[in-house]
Amino acid sequence: MAHARRQPRNLGRILLTIFAGLVFAFLMLPLLVVFPISVSSASYLQFPPPGFSWQWYQRYLEDPVWIEATIRSFKVAILCTVLSMGLGVPLSFALVRSRLRGMRIADRLVAAPIIVPNIIISIAIYSLFAKLQLIGVWYGIAVAHTILALPFVVILVSAGLRTFDEAQEQAAMGLGASWPVAVWRITLPQLRPSLISAAFLAFVTSFDELVIAMFLSGASMTLPKKMFDNIMLEIDPTIAAVSVLQIFLACICLGVATLFGRGVVPGTAGR
Amino acid sequence: MDLTVRGVVRRFGAVTALAGVDLTVAEGELLTILGPSGSGKTTLLKVVAGFEIPDEGTVHLGTADVTMAPPRSRDVGMVFQNYALFPHLTVAQNVAFPLEMRRLPKPERTQRVAEALALVELTDYGHRLPRQLSGGQQQRVALARAIVFKPRLLLLDEPFGALDRKLRESMQLEVRRLQRRLRLTTLFITHDQEEALILSDRIAVMSAALIEQVGTPAEVYARPATRFVADFVGESNLLDGIATEGHGAEVSGLGRVQAGASTGAPGARATLLLRPEALRVGAEAAALPNRASARILETVFLGLSVKLRLQVEGGPEMLARLPLRPSAPLPVTEGEVVPLGFATEDVHVIRHG
Amino acid sequence: MSSATADRRRADPARARERMLVMLALPALLLLGVIFIWPLLRLLSMSVADGTLDQFEKAALDDLYVMVLYESMEIAVLVTVICLALAYPVAAWLAQAGRTGFILGMFFLLLPFWTSILVRTYAWMVLLGRNGVINRTLRDWGWIEFPLPLLHNLTGVLIGIVHVMLPYMVIPIYAALLRIDPDLRRAAEGLGAPAWRAFLRVTLPLSLPGVFAGCALVFVITLGFFITPALLGGGQVMMIAMLIEQQVREFLDWNFAAALATVLLAATLVIYAALAKLTGGQGHGAR
Repeated sequence: MAHARRQPRNLGRILLTIFAGLVFAFLMLPLLVVFPISVSSASYLQFPPPGFSWQWYQRYLEDPVWIEATIRSFKVAILCTVLSMGLGVPLSFALVRSRLRGMRIADRLVAAPIIVPNIIISIAIYSLFAKLQLIGVWYGIAVAHTILALPFVVILVSAGLRTFDEAQEQAAMGLGASWPVAVWRITLPQLRPSLISAAFLAFVTSFDELVIAMFLSGASMTLPKKMFDNIMLEIDPTIAAVSVLQIFLACICLGVATLFGRGVVPGTAGR
Repeated sequence: MDLTVRGVVRRFGAVTALAGVDLTVAEGELLTILGPSGSGKTTLLKVVAGFEIPDEGTVHLGTADVTMAPPRSRDVGMVFQNYALFPHLTVAQNVAFPLEMRRLPKPERTQRVAEALALVELTDYGHRLPRQLSGGQQQRVALARAIVFKPRLLLLDEPFGALDRKLRESMQLEVRRLQRRLRLTTLFITHDQEEALILSDRIAVMSAALIEQVGTPAEVYARPATRFVADFVGESNLLDGIATEGHGAEVSGLGRVQAGASTGAPGARATLLLRPEALRVGAEAAALPNRASARILETVFLGLSVKLRLQVEGGPEMLARLPLRPSAPLPVTEGEVVPLGFATEDVHVIRHG
Repeated sequence: MSSATADRRRADPARARERMLVMLALPALLLLGVIFIWPLLRLLSMSVADGTLDQFEKAALDDLYVMVLYESMEIAVLVTVICLALAYPVAAWLAQAGRTGFILGMFFLLLPFWTSILVRTYAWMVLLGRNGVINRTLRDWGWIEFPLPLLHNLTGVLIGIVHVMLPYMVIPIYAALLRIDPDLRRAAEGLGAPAWRAFLRVTLPLSLPGVFAGCALVFVITLGFFITPALLGGGQVMMIAMLIEQQVREFLDWNFAAALATVLLAATLVIYAALAKLTGGQGHGAR
């Protein structure tokens, strides 16, 4: 009897595993397909590739427009990371610990950019920055990206902070530390996993962002803008080479965040 | 250094956590604040540590007024309920933390840490992380960290709650030894009356934002000042009656009970305390001045003694505790009706107020 | 005495702490105010800049704009349903997976999540095109004679958006499943319920907050999608975000763009608030 009941359950588990496997394949398929194309010897999109060649990587590295766009994107993403961490970490302390009613509203406000459509945020900032003549300025893009990265930083850091026992800060203060020293020596080191995840997620958010960059970058393109233009105009495998490089970057970021970070996604903490 | 708390009041909105508390802890003394949760003892601790500022009243350490001083400048060592050890620092780094904050030179720091760890018998554990230690060892690290900077006052906030019973008892004795040896002025917070009786030089019993009684463990146990103290500390039979002439009181079911002291003006209400171990049952009861008969409702075997729940005929339910010898059988059985009695000097009169 | 009382109030650590926390929050809130709230209000006010509701009338009366709004909603519904159907089993699998399976699954889920949308959209173009990988392969295998229309239509757009939104659906459901005490299901089975009934009566209802949170998030984010439909739709699919972009970039009609943005924002917030309410007042689904 027990044996008979167990049978369908195992079957169910096998079906579930197969289904999950198919979904994972669906998720990974587009990432895998760009690899063979990036080393294709054909100059137009052909699959399977007729031969092997590094030419598209070479073309990327030798084209100053691509390289400039890449460097600009790095600059923007790094500044955005610094800004969103510098603002988001203190904000998380306030949101988690303050009992003021206003903080609940602030909590919603910070999360709002996740659900307000990017296109609306983009044109709203575009119209303001156009007036302030901040179009085509790289740090203008970084500041705008900070609005998008801030919710991720706050969500990750707040989650870390909620599991932190505040008695430790009190203990440190009782032992002779001022509050800033207690936070610096006791709290932040223990939040390091959350901080690392948050920083990398902020970086990736900015590095990959297109819609805001499309409006704000003007003539000085970021990498996603340059990729977008390429896809629209001349779809050649250079973009596959760039894609492969970006996937590697994502791998590195995700790897570092997983190894040294925690809770890359809310709910995964502790596993 | 001695601690003096004078007239301390602390309110949180409509709730009064401390309603005028006076307390003195003499130099080198271990004083326990004993009270149920919500009695205000934690708030009092926070006021002494500097995590709360009282609305009224003062806190003095020695002659210095520290009422408004921040925690870091009070030089008070504290052991937290869950120890609050820093999990990312080693044992030695944890213990060194207060010295580092006081900017002691490195060689002196190292030496003081070694001394403190030796005191709590953890000399070889300096390089470990807190999570690699047992509960009792963690507790000792917390203690070492609280005393390494030679604080003016040591605060212990229910430090034994997380330990199992056996470990708890040995840690209690260890803390007591250490405190005596270093002559540390110590304020100890607990809701566990047994712990308070074992550890303290004096006990302050708190209830509803006020201190009800301060005294040695023996005083508090034998001569509780209020009904609350009698009830909270130890097990008790509280008999309500009407005072009569000559140190007596009329208690329903027991008739006239003879007490060792004045029961107050005749005709007034009187509350008498009788500890369970003062009750005698069976043949022994016959010679005693206060006598009654009662049915045994329940017997609870406790090893060294047996606890009886008794129903006095036409009167109150009472608890008795009879000593046992390992070889002897239980002297009574459930359901049996037995004579009971108690001595005059074992009846303590609780004043009404 | 009263000044002493005031001194004490000021020194009160609880108050000092609140003051400190407000100071910590201020810079970030200031930035949000200046770069997010203020420009947003400025944009919304442009829709009624001429003092009338003409812009909204234009949006409501022109069949084209109504169609676009309708199609955006339709896509959002379809994406939500498809994501839910794909994500629930994946979340359930993750919740019961061993350590290795979990890490692997999370990697498959998160690597696309961390990879640029442009990279992924480009890859789908490579995969789905007339001469793309899929059509070529199927033809080589002799399964089809003529290429399937996968790109530059609704199918392509749906595939692209579902790919982007799937992690947003999996994670909240997974988190909800993880919160359910496994003893509850065991108890139900111990009480005689077959596994599938235990799932329907215990696990599924308890995971609903996660389902609603995921649906809310996926629906509203999809509603505002721009890049994916622009590239994979090939002009055959028009979503409201594309319409807004067109008004700004091509026609420079800020007032009408603002009116459309107001409609999109209102729809987003109303739908999100309604769905979030179903999660039991849990606030934002991203948590």
